[in-house]
Amino acid sequence: MSVDLEHYLILGSILFSIGLYLALAKRNLVGVLMGIELMFNAVNLTFVAFSRFVESPNPLDGHVFVVFVVTVAAAEAATALAIAMLLYRVRDTIEVDEINLLKW
Amino acid sequence: MEDTGTVVAFWVLAAITVGAALGVVAVRNLIHAVVFLILSFVGVAGLYITLSADFVAVTQILIYAGAVSVLILFAIVLTPRGDRGNQETFLRLPALLLALLVAFTLGYVAIDTSWAISDREGFEETASVIGEALLDKYVLPFEIASVMLLVAMMGAIILVRPEGPTEEAE
Repeated sequence: MSVDLEHYLILGSILFSIGLYLALAKRNLVGVLMGIELMFNAVNLTFVAFSRFVESPNPLDGHVFVVFVVTVAAAEAATALAIAMLLYRVRDTIEVDEINLLKW
Repeated sequence: MEDTGTVVAFWVLAAITVGAALGVVAVRNLIHAVVFLILSFVGVAGLYITLSADFVAVTQILIYAGAVSVLILFAIVLTPRGDRGNQETFLRLPALLLALLVAFTLGYVAIDTSWAISDREGFEETASVIGEALLDKYVLPFEIASVMLLVAMMGAIILVRPEGPTEEAE
């Protein structure tokens, strides 16, 4: 028995869909952000798995891409949590279904 | 990857990662959810090591298990009157269906496609090659990412700055 590319891809898709469910269904804004971070992790895992297994002249380019994804994810987390703080200051809540300013 | 240690490590780490991710969904306390999220990040870092990606694994521990989870914890403790629960909205069932659909589609594509598998061994070391690629082939994206991090940091500071004149200004 061995571990192949497909194992990592299926693991990545499971992680991605758990993150997708969190991002879509959680009531707390922080829960939504946790789902987004899980999705980033699933995609990074897929990148590194392809980098390890698939034929390519520069196999480590996948790792470079993961470094960029991590950079953007860190910037995203900082900005999103600042927005959450701001929202809490204005509305006194970070429940996404109570933030309905645009609903008439 | 045929050797028994790698196979056992993969299955154990996969179980930890997916189990912790399901824990994030299931627990009813937001702080506990963050702890499960950190466990999931560490599991993914272990999976990177089974893929002989040492630099990415260390980055994962530093950035995700260290920095991002602390940011998330800060967001929770700085909203003291917010709800600490981890409930779902009314979108629970559609989100569940969509997530299952995405998982099955991606899994089917992963199994059905015949990937161009190479038979090379794992990488000897990755950090020096990644460093050279970042400063040679990818130097422009690298600079843009640096500027974007600076802008994000300044933006976050300006957004959460208290309104009105500060005490020093008065």
